[in-house]
Amino acid sequence: MLIQSVFAGFGGQGILRAGQIIAYAGMAGNLYVSWLPSYGPEMRGGTANVAVVLADEPVASPVVSTPSVVIAMNRPSLEKFAPMMQTGGKLIINSSLIDIVSERDDLIQYQIRANDIAQELGNPRAANMVILGVFQAVTGIIPDETVEEHIRQSFAAKPQFIELNIACFRHGKNSISQSGINA
Amino acid sequence: MTKVLMKGNEALGEAAIRANCRNYFAYPITPQTEIAEYMVRRLPEVGGHFVQAESELGAVNMVYGAAAVGERVFTSSSSPGVALMSEAISYLAGSQLPAVLINIVRGGPGLGGILPAQSDYFMATKAGGHGDFRLLVLAPAGVQEAADLVMDAFDLADKYRNPVMIIGDGMIGQMMEPVEFREYNTPEGIDRSYANTGAKDRPPTIVKSLFLDPQQLENNNLELLAKYRLMEQHEIRFEEYAVTDKMDVLVVSYGMMARICKTAIDELNQEGHRVGIVRPITLFPFPSSAIYKAAARARKVIAIEMSTGQMVEDVRLAVRGRRAVQFYGRTGGIVPTPAEIRQQLLKLIK
Repeated sequence: MLIQSVFAGFGGQGILRAGQIIAYAGMAGNLYVSWLPSYGPEMRGGTANVAVVLADEPVASPVVSTPSVVIAMNRPSLEKFAPMMQTGGKLIINSSLIDIVSERDDLIQYQIRANDIAQELGNPRAANMVILGVFQAVTGIIPDETVEEHIRQSFAAKPQFIELNIACFRHGKNSISQSGINA
Repeated sequence: MTKVLMKGNEALGEAAIRANCRNYFAYPITPQTEIAEYMVRRLPEVGGHFVQAESELGAVNMVYGAAAVGERVFTSSSSPGVALMSEAISYLAGSQLPAVLINIVRGGPGLGGILPAQSDYFMATKAGGHGDFRLLVLAPAGVQEAADLVMDAFDLADKYRNPVMIIGDGMIGQMMEPVEFREYNTPEGIDRSYANTGAKDRPPTIVKSLFLDPQQLENNNLELLAKYRLMEQHEIRFEEYAVTDKMDVLVVSYGMMARICKTAIDELNQEGHRVGIVRPITLFPFPSSAIYKAAARARKVIAIEMSTGQMVEDVRLAVRGRRAVQFYGRTGGIVPTPAEIRQQLLKLIK
């Protein structure tokens, strides 16, 4: 088992945190994990992405050139990473901010209105947890409770936001399993 | 001990504390400033000393001072900052003082960029400063190994009374991986007789690298040389992966670059090719003999680096003309992807 994922968006969307929660949860689930952020001047310009690898044997390259799962929180992320994906890869699209899908017909694409759902549940800043829920639904290699436990830990310093984030995560997860929003 | 998920830079700092180092002097520079951020928080908790110096020169000379009084001490910087330290690094070696230096390499030359590179191989292994000396150079390929090697680095520095450099790239500093800190005990019987600790009731000790009498200077340099020969006998470390008979290609690569190569190698070997890798862990002393032996079992040999070609020179010396040694590299902060390496290896296989 090897999941080579890229979480991408712009700075402030919580993309690094979402990746970190999955890395922590993966480690707690006895997987080998790596979390490699893009760093440097590009972050100040606005885009942020992190490569998260989950594997059942030691991670060789933490650099991901052909991702099997991509989370695109904004359009530049989709345009950058969709062409690099493996055949059969899963592309998770934040359709609140992205009005297109990839033209590739060899990907499984999921559209979710992450910002709108988070807004409806109480705070649009939790869009990253909605999308993390979709990631959980389409990968499903870490138990839900483990991910939720690490969402709680991640927001331990701001406990008032924990339930909102958990609610967003569950909403994202259930929206896929119930309706299978395949684009 | 339990596993924790840590940034490489933080793990380097924590490992130093666990190796009973209580002195860290540094000047910030991307991509390793998290080491200082971590130490400024952690060192006071264990009664340690952190000074943010006025410059890299200040920092490394504080290292010299602490080492001269027999303390465990380290500093960290990135490429242009390490270059500024080179004078004092030479003095540390000349005065036979133990210290640990961490270089989290960024693209150069000059101020260069801030993204990962391996372009300081020459600086670390050949030209850490002026004069007839060597650093013992350790190159981790992940956060766990970085933490382990920091602990070893302090012991090796004490064992040889020589500065030890840990060389990583920006990636290893910034990435997070699980790490488990091993139980550490400072070795017994470390000889601190060189230290300036006050000469009451004993003859004074002198820490110096100035020997105006050429015979004394030659003697000092021969003492250094003897230590480097001992390092070559006892300290060479490397990892072999998928090294077999009749390999299509042998890759030689170190640090994070080697892990990127491994992913490409795994893919190719699953398709029926035979590609192996020797990953030097000590860059000095260099695992020449292991590379020579592995090269003899391969049709082709290639060195892969994030530079325009530095370690490849040592690989060619190691192979002694037995095989032509190819080279592939990217530079300036561009990190080759597994797909890119796969393509390069396929060209050689054909």
